Amino acid sequence: MITVYVPRDTTACALGADAVAEAISAEAAKRNIELNLVRNGSRGLFWLETLVEVTTDKGRMAFGPVNATDVSTLFDAGFLEGEDGDLALGLTEDIPYLKNQQRVNFVRAGITDPLSVDDYKAHGGYAGLTRALAMQPQAIVDEVKESGLRGRGGAAFPAGIKWQTVHDTPPQQKYIVCNADEGDSGTFADRLLMEADPLQLIEGMTIAGLAVGATQGYIYLRSEYPKAHDVLKTALANAYAAGYLGDNIAGSGKHFDLEVRLGAGAYICGEETSLLDSLEGKRGMVRSKPPLPAIVGLFGQPTVINNVLTLASVSSIFEKGAAHYKDLGVGRSTGTLPMQLAGNIKRGGIVELAFGSSLRSLLEDFGGGTLSGKAIKAVQVGGPLGAYLPESALDISLDYESFAAAKAMLGHGGVVVFDDSADMLEQARFAMEFCVVESCGKCTPCRVGSTRGVEVIDKIREGKQLDDNLILLEDLCETMEYGSLCAMGGLTPFPVRSAIKHFPEDFGG
Amino acid sequence: MTPAFDKAAIDDIINQHKNLPGALLPILHDIQHTAGYVPAETVPAIATALSLSRAEVHGVISFYHHFHSEPMGKHTVQICRAEACQAVGARELEQHATSKLATQLGNTTADGAVSLEPVYCLGNCACGPSVQIGDEVHARVTPERFDTLISALEAK
Repeated sequence: MITVYVPRDTTACALGADAVAEAISAEAAKRNIELNLVRNGSRGLFWLETLVEVTTDKGRMAFGPVNATDVSTLFDAGFLEGEDGDLALGLTEDIPYLKNQQRVNFVRAGITDPLSVDDYKAHGGYAGLTRALAMQPQAIVDEVKESGLRGRGGAAFPAGIKWQTVHDTPPQQKYIVCNADEGDSGTFADRLLMEADPLQLIEGMTIAGLAVGATQGYIYLRSEYPKAHDVLKTALANAYAAGYLGDNIAGSGKHFDLEVRLGAGAYICGEETSLLDSLEGKRGMVRSKPPLPAIVGLFGQPTVINNVLTLASVSSIFEKGAAHYKDLGVGRSTGTLPMQLAGNIKRGGIVELAFGSSLRSLLEDFGGGTLSGKAIKAVQVGGPLGAYLPESALDISLDYESFAAAKAMLGHGGVVVFDDSADMLEQARFAMEFCVVESCGKCTPCRVGSTRGVEVIDKIREGKQLDDNLILLEDLCETMEYGSLCAMGGLTPFPVRSAIKHFPEDFGG
Repeated sequence: MTPAFDKAAIDDIINQHKNLPGALLPILHDIQHTAGYVPAETVPAIATALSLSRAEVHGVISFYHHFHSEPMGKHTVQICRAEACQAVGARELEQHATSKLATQLGNTTADGAVSLEPVYCLGNCACGPSVQIGDEVHARVTPERFDTLISALEAK
């Protein structure tokens, strides 16, 4: 029987994938054709969504972007036999955007049925866990250290060091917490991974549990991702049913339970200590560090807290070995980083590459320039707290050290492109406004500084005492940067200062 | 006057979750899912079940943008205000939406049909501007497409 794949991903559905799936089923019934319709995750080539795939003798053939109204024409043109038509893209694997990537985290994305444990195992899944089950906890931690894996949430802290600290605390109830509160604008890698390959995350968390002696894990998922929530819940139930979670993991006698919990629309809960407070059922207020969450974390117990991609990477590190992972990337930035092309970009989507390629190549070779066709004015990398880079700075290498040297941050790999119609004063004002809305309110520089920041930028916009107010804004940025308790207030000056520095003409300069 | 929510259903939710570690958010999510908002009248029962003060429960409800203490409109329409959507026209869409619906972000239309809410990122950043209606995300929402989506709601 012919298998047809239609993604169930949020973006694909936002572009009509559900209607396409219904139309394909209806058209097949009308023509008395039996077919097996699989709702896969997305390949992450969002500009081609809805991307429909058909299995043929040659491999999986892609068609896109497909609308529900195209379906009967596709049948007429013989798409089930993989025949060429207006929307035919050839073999999916040969699409250059996909072919030129180095996929580790997203190697299965869009290929498998995200809910199927069998499908996951048939594509290399759970090989890592099987290996880890035969290892001593310290050996597991050592392998993560050896891989050089650094936190993918933004701060890039070495994951192995965090794990070692939790491992070394005396035996007691410990926790593994996954930070799936992906609130940065321009980022969707966590969402795509959870919707397309959730078992990879579940496997990675299970290995983390074995490493540090934790028997309970939580995935803290933002409430803005209802589809990811549905997929995760079903994938967890299937992993339990297959014996990969619970009190006898894969027959080993080892124990790990995992649960998904929903956030409630607070950006600050992406900050790890505030996330822990939220999981405990409190307001998501930032905690002072020390103590580190690795020692006093969730419910006061030792806790590993890592981002989705960090924990998911653990699965492939254990499947293929630390050396394989370490060989990708440059310097201390080992492995791959899934970059997310967003905003005013012609070909938006996930581009997973080893660290070290250039931002310009990413934007031009993969992204194809702006959607509007106008010139690029600014690119914000690393979410709402990331710096705005001007066109002249786009040759920067995509690794943590190069970005730090340029007073920018790679963060979670989100890239938001603005064309020349952008007003950078408005973008700077928005950075402050966003901080007003999302500050947890615990420290003054963030809570009050952001409000004053909006007011000062408004005065600059009106041209009132321009020079004095620019100095005042710089003072305020300095206070926020050095005086704030966490990255929310501490990094809000990044987009503001970079906008002023690189685009003085938008600030009356 | 009888309350606009089913008290027995709320009690069930509280009893079902109260022994979970960190039970408050799961309880609030389920109450809002059932009643459409978190009625102030439910706060004392939640507080008692979890051994918290009413102030603590209220503090949590008011901290999170997702929870509402007042009834919402028949439909909730969220417009993404974040940078990736701004880069493809979200500011213009926001202006269009507020003038079309004659309300502000965070308010409900006079006829109670639509609550217009801001949201900061729906993870659809490659294909903005993004709008979420109920649980459905819509991509590349131009002002014209917004009008079509609203007309479809009015027909419901």
